[in-house]
Amino acid sequence: MRLTAAATATAALSGFAAGAAQAADLQVAVEIPRLTVAEYHRPYVSMWLERGDGSAVKTLAVWYDGKKAKEEGKTWLKDMRQWWRKAGRSETLANGVTGPTRAPGRQQISFKAGASPLGALQAGQYNLVVEAAREVGGREVVRVPFTWPAKGRQSASGKGSSELGAVSVTVTP
Amino acid sequence: MTAIRRGVAAAAFVTALIVPAAASAHRQWILPSSTVLSKEGSFVTVDAAVSNDLFFFDHVPMRLDAMTITGPDGAKLTPQNAATGKYRSTFDVELAKPGTYRIGTVNDGVFASYKLNGETKRWRGRATELATAVPAGATEVKVTQSTRRVETFVTAGAPSTDALKPSGQGLELQPVTHPNDLVAGESASFKLLLDGKPARDTEVDIVLGGGRYLAKPVEAKVKTNAEGLFSYSWPQPGMYWIEAEARGGASTIPNAERSAAYVATFEVLPE
Repeated sequence: MRLTAAATATAALSGFAAGAAQAADLQVAVEIPRLTVAEYHRPYVSMWLERGDGSAVKTLAVWYDGKKAKEEGKTWLKDMRQWWRKAGRSETLANGVTGPTRAPGRQQISFKAGASPLGALQAGQYNLVVEAAREVGGREVVRVPFTWPAKGRQSASGKGSSELGAVSVTVTP
Repeated sequence: MTAIRRGVAAAAFVTALIVPAAASAHRQWILPSSTVLSKEGSFVTVDAAVSNDLFFFDHVPMRLDAMTITGPDGAKLTPQNAATGKYRSTFDVELAKPGTYRIGTVNDGVFASYKLNGETKRWRGRATELATAVPAGATEVKVTQSTRRVETFVTAGAPSTDALKPSGQGLELQPVTHPNDLVAGESASFKLLLDGKPARDTEVDIVLGGGRYLAKPVEAKVKTNAEGLFSYSWPQPGMYWIEAEARGGASTIPNAERSAAYVATFEVLPE
């Protein structure tokens, strides 16, 4: 126990020093479960940041069928209901936010402070929210809390039970 | 064939105009296939019918003559692929522009009852026909002027409110919560206006659709306050039917009673 406390203190100190270097980043790992179902389609997945009061800060990633003719893929964006309501329907997505759907397995993505789409994030408590919606399947939302900026390397995780597996967030100063 | 279709349409028309007492026996509704859409250029298909069970078409169709579609910019759109069958009317609406669309009808009618030679007579029709409809020798003449609004809302992209602007006539809904932003477990508020002014102390019936499969209907009665506001917390997701009826307000016919009804279909989504 004492050892942990000491380690944390050291991490906090070094984090404080490194914070000034502005290399902070946010790494997210999302497990997309492999499902044995009659008809499988990769899920649409959105990731966004929420403040403590539940309001959305910005969208970080949307994985969907963006290559379909006549933008048909947009038809199902609203199935990520929480994201659509809080951010998607009213937000102009920053460059690099959208990408193709991803295969089952552990999917990683990272965001750099100062660069799009994360940009300059005010200090505070946030939730990284991941929502997955699958055609002829279900929908699930996982929230992982974190503090920004990190004083040291900070990790937190959450877990889905149907459409999402483990979601982990690592914030580095 | 044409004669049959006309008969059906006439029946629906009568139901649409009919006196308040009969209106509560059957429910009029307009049901869109989706209310929240994420792609401009999407279509919704809409059913319109009159029935007891919500939202099952098993009685008569709603007539489409008065069906008006107002786009997000206020422009009127034409229903596409419109058809009226035995139990329902149906049509498509293209959501070419982002924002909220209002889909609905407003029916104005007059109902009169009077005594002539000791016999009670009833008549219904339009305000312009009233003068010639009631004979000169009639006594105990009672006239009710009714306005009945039936509508629903559909949004592509972010909700907007231009299409929801009140006309100042009849009973209308002014959103506090947008009707396409309803989520189960949350409370929503709306204002009812009678001829543009707050409709206070007006009872509002709220019924969840799909009652056919429920042992006990999910329904509630709420009342507007002095500002015409009412609130309701949606117990579960689904399509809800809302009806309110107000008496009073100015009638354009001398000595006529006034009755105004408002009916809407709202979709409540899961969180």
